[in-house]
Amino acid sequence: MLILECPYCGVHAEETELHGGGEAHLTRHGPESSDQDFEGYLFQRENPRGVHFERWRHVHGCGKWFHAARCTATLEVFGTYSAQTSEPPQHIRDRISAKRPGWSWRELA
Amino acid sequence: MSTRLATGGRLTDRTKQMKFRFNGQQMRGVEGDTLASALLANGQLMMGRSFKYHRPRGPVASGSEEPNALVNLGQGARFEPNQRATTTELFDGLVAASQNHWPSLQFDVGAINTHLSRFLPAGFYYKMFIHPRPLWKHVYEPFIRRSAGLGAAPDAETVDADTYEHFYTFTDVLVLGGGVAGLQAALTAARSGAQVLLLEQNAHWGGRTPVDGGEIDGKPAEQWIKDTVQALEAMGNVTLRSRTMGAGVYDHGYVLGYERLTDHAPETPGPRHRLWRIRAQQIVTATGAIERPLSFAGNDVPGVLLASAIRDYVVNYGVSIGDRTVVVTNNDDAYRTAICLHGHGLNVPVIIDARMQGGGALMAQAEALGIRVLKGKAIAKVKGTRKVTAVEICDQAGEGAVLETIPCDAVAMSGGWSPVVHLWSHCGGKLSWDEGNAFFRPDLSRAPTSHDGAPFVIPAGSANGYIQLKDTLADATTAGSSAATAAGHQPKVGTLPQVAPREEAAMLPVWLMPQGANVKLRSKAWLDFQNDVKVSDIQLAAQEGYESVEHAKRYTTLGMATDQGKLSNINGLATLSAALGEAIPSVGTTTFRPPYTPISMGSIAGQARGDIFQPVRETPLHGWHEAHGVHWEPVGQWRRPYSFVQQDETVEQSVNREVKAARDSLGLLDASTLGKIVVKGPDAGKFLDMLYTNMMSTLPVGKCRYGLMCNENGFLMDDGVVARMSDDTWLCHTTTGGAERIHAHMEEWLQTEWWDWQVYCANVTEQYAQIAVVGPNARKLLEKLGGMDVSRETLPFMQWAAGTLGGFPVRIFRISFSGELSYEIAVPASQGLALWERLHAEGAEWNATPYGTEALHILRAEKGFIMIGDETDGTVIPQDLGLGWAISKKKADYIGKRAQARSHMTDPTRWQLVGLETVDGSVLPDGALAVASGTNANGQRHTQGRVTSTYHSPTLNRGIAMGLVLNGPDRMGEVLEFTKLDGTTIPTKIVNAVFLDPEGEKQNV
Amino acid sequence: MSEPVSALNAAAFDGLAHVQEAGLHGMITLRGDHADADFAQAVADVAGVAMPDQREVVSGGDTSLIWMSPDELLLLCPYAEAGETVTKLTEALGDTHALAVDVSDARVVFTLTGTHIRDVIAKLAPVDMSPAAFRPGMVRRTRFAQVAAAVWLRDDETAQIICFRSVAPYMFALLCNAATPGTEVGIF
Repeated sequence: MLILECPYCGVHAEETELHGGGEAHLTRHGPESSDQDFEGYLFQRENPRGVHFERWRHVHGCGKWFHAARCTATLEVFGTYSAQTSEPPQHIRDRISAKRPGWSWRELA
Repeated sequence: MSTRLATGGRLTDRTKQMKFRFNGQQMRGVEGDTLASALLANGQLMMGRSFKYHRPRGPVASGSEEPNALVNLGQGARFEPNQRATTTELFDGLVAASQNHWPSLQFDVGAINTHLSRFLPAGFYYKMFIHPRPLWKHVYEPFIRRSAGLGAAPDAETVDADTYEHFYTFTDVLVLGGGVAGLQAALTAARSGAQVLLLEQNAHWGGRTPVDGGEIDGKPAEQWIKDTVQALEAMGNVTLRSRTMGAGVYDHGYVLGYERLTDHAPETPGPRHRLWRIRAQQIVTATGAIERPLSFAGNDVPGVLLASAIRDYVVNYGVSIGDRTVVVTNNDDAYRTAICLHGHGLNVPVIIDARMQGGGALMAQAEALGIRVLKGKAIAKVKGTRKVTAVEICDQAGEGAVLETIPCDAVAMSGGWSPVVHLWSHCGGKLSWDEGNAFFRPDLSRAPTSHDGAPFVIPAGSANGYIQLKDTLADATTAGSSAATAAGHQPKVGTLPQVAPREEAAMLPVWLMPQGANVKLRSKAWLDFQNDVKVSDIQLAAQEGYESVEHAKRYTTLGMATDQGKLSNINGLATLSAALGEAIPSVGTTTFRPPYTPISMGSIAGQARGDIFQPVRETPLHGWHEAHGVHWEPVGQWRRPYSFVQQDETVEQSVNREVKAARDSLGLLDASTLGKIVVKGPDAGKFLDMLYTNMMSTLPVGKCRYGLMCNENGFLMDDGVVARMSDDTWLCHTTTGGAERIHAHMEEWLQTEWWDWQVYCANVTEQYAQIAVVGPNARKLLEKLGGMDVSRETLPFMQWAAGTLGGFPVRIFRISFSGELSYEIAVPASQGLALWERLHAEGAEWNATPYGTEALHILRAEKGFIMIGDETDGTVIPQDLGLGWAISKKKADYIGKRAQARSHMTDPTRWQLVGLETVDGSVLPDGALAVASGTNANGQRHTQGRVTSTYHSPTLNRGIAMGLVLNGPDRMGEVLEFTKLDGTTIPTKIVNAVFLDPEGEKQNV
Repeated sequence: MSEPVSALNAAAFDGLAHVQEAGLHGMITLRGDHADADFAQAVADVAGVAMPDQREVVSGGDTSLIWMSPDELLLLCPYAEAGETVTKLTEALGDTHALAVDVSDARVVFTLTGTHIRDVIAKLAPVDMSPAAFRPGMVRRTRFAQVAAAVWLRDDETAQIICFRSVAPYMFALLCNAATPGTEVGIF
């Protein structure tokens, strides 16, 4: 059972206090978007073995959404960070590079 | 025959006698006994029957690895099957019964299976029951069900008399196992200042070291254990718990500890079991090692035990298995049993050592005592059925030609030791094969890793493959020190416990005895005692192509019994490797899964039973409803009144009465469960325009508007009335049970997509009791209470007002879900009951009638109002429901807009909402389908519509329904056939979904 | 106006700890950016106590300010003063983007007292209740068994627990169960 540190309230919350929200950093495509873009936004998801970026909500806690970077194979957590960003911050990416050289995720590497 | 010796038994107190019953027979034991030792003391060697062949079985072990001695324990509300006699502590009045036999343990009809065993090999079930197919349901399945399971199932009507609880705790270092390694690791870690929690599954500390003897720091091991426990107890940063098993190790340092508080004293108050939900930074697994049986013919006959177990029974409980014990071994350790028995005045006619060279110092000691030692020899076969009568001896190198027969009544076997690697392995710790000791040990380079990517489990002592006492303690010191360091503490370097080294000769891996045993012997050489898997079964599995160890396990059921193969795994694996001609490590092990031994279902449930099985949400009027004949309807976690049934009334009559009261005079509804969310800020209007399909930003202050909310897939997810409270504040009503979901939906969009928008929301659902006053006399009642102008002119339909009504601070919303003149009054929850009672009292002259959810549903269905969850099911878009009027054409965007433009959503053949009336006036079945001509590929009739809501309308006195129908709105008046459960159909006419007052005159007065 | 009644009308239980439904409390949910000086000033002025730091409770007299998230506070005050306090807050906040809303009736407060309050809480919430980790003046929002709750310690032998009003009977039953006499764990 995972523990993730909520970056908003600082609690090391266990999984029963959290709610998983799926893949992080999706770009919303609205009314004028192409079928392909909309399909990608609504349905296409990464399913990596290894580095992954996810959304979580500290639901039994401060109620805040946040992002987590973790390894789906070992459950190592590279870090949690603000929900108010459209890409992982550099320090998180650096930490992943140190631990998983050569990693890639979508267009990130 | 097994018996109590004249003296001895370090764990027992003979001055304290205890009575217990086994299979109805009164027996006596002493304090400190286990059920197994007490049964043995009473000469009861046979304790059960095996699962498949119903072979007579006695205990083979003395601890939690026991596969045979399983009993039905307790009676009535404390009955539990499959309890291990070897770990069940005796108490006065204990009642137990043996399992898996009929009519009796001594004579069991099922034992015929042992004679049929030639026809019941591995995979028998798979081969036998697959054909012919039709026999499965009525012959095979009932047969398998009857023979399935070992112990009796508890009576379905009986409620467990005990209580259980959970407990969350956090620690720096968790040590699992209170043997000498666990104690030493805990002590080392604790000296660093780290918080240490030490759990031991048994009632006693020290593991098996006191039985095996030896000196630590110049004193007897038992004294060292006592001193160390005392030292730990004196430390403020250490918690010790005996009778508490580390059941499982999970991700990120999560461990389940299973504490048995009253199993040994059932009448003690308090919970029976406590499930510790532990978070540990570092976990030391000091779980010891388990001795392996040897595979020879008849190794399952009662009286054949592990050598260490025989030693345990003598030393710990003063109980002997027999007078003449033959010892058979491939290693030095079993000599300790021979020496121990000899020291207690018991006869050891021979030690059979499979090694050509025999053993080391211990062998010399045994020989010096005059015990005969045979080298390079093996047991060809154990004679006896219900108990051992003799062993036949042969060369280990041969095929089983008998050299000598030695009468005896017990056999002590030792095939070497296996570290208990379960807890190391639960969360991904890998193993390596130790060629010299012929066991798997933890591979420290491939440890389970935690959130930080660093190892979090450290094996210690014999669990780490260090079997010798000196090595065990040295390794435990290292483990305790490493754990403290990894948990952020500075270990203090102390002196290692001093232990004299002991010379032991190398063990010899022996997987079959004799090594060339013929098929007849192999099919009597047991690997898994409980599930009756023999050497020949594994060989058959390999021959039939089950080469993967996981496949062979499932094909033969090896290791799938309640003991999870603690004794059988390595022997079975070695047998499979030999059959495949591959090395043991390349065949690998099966997966070790928690729990280590079975834990009670009660402990998993914890406190969650009865009243607190799950939360029930109550409105402020809950108590009033209970006192007024309520029939409850669960709506999510809420309880809402379904109807208020009066005396001499059926529920149906009650519902009809409630509907008529609301239509004709005055109804009162507890609407408190409706969600209420305040949305405020400079961007709140813009935000609500994105959330709702219609325009909320243009809603004037003081007015209400019905809105639809879709998800990004375009599907309708919620509806409700939105009220504009002020320039920058709106109040959004959601469906019952929708408040948390919709509030979360709002927060999600605000926090993760439009985080630069200035909007705050707050869920104020429970701040208010909300009461709907409904019916032609609703206004009269409010006017009678006084204090607010509720006239048509001042408070018209779809407006709201705040004020004081009859002395209550209220908001009144002029909205209607019934089609009647209706006011929804929100009052602070703590005054809700007072207002409700006041409305009833003042409304008596109009026969104010409380109504429930069923009347509510009928009232809305008569008006053709949709209900989320009835007309919607996660695949329905507002356009399907004729709600296009509630979708803004002006807005560039709202959540779901893009999805509603997808080709499938704009398909003109999507089923559309219509009203439905049966030609004969009857009520359509819920969910009924409208059939069309022709059939699909599965031979089912084509369909062209389905019922979404269906009721008897007391107002119209006929069945009314709503449904989604192909091209429905264009087919008014057409008659379709809807299915009934009996296969017939009902002719049903498509009509307008608004059955009553289509102009809305009643609600608008 | 009628006499307001709290959810369980001050029900109480004596066991491992004393469990008490603490009656009506004024409770105000405040949304606003704590880092916004105008917001912080307005709140502190009206409440009369300092702004709490992360996961802290600041109390003074009848008033407590509880840190709920970086943009949410819960203000506790006497029940009768809640409405007036909301008005004052709204005035003091002026044009600052914020939300003050009375939730006094939406929630219920329980008080646990005694030497074993940590045992009782640790049976229900996945929180480190050791004295070193959870000290008086700290607040933790979490779950108690299956419902959301906030808990803080007034002192080493007094805990306050807030949950939604609708689950008050469930919470009371949970706390009483966990406080069954003779069930102390004996670890704190």
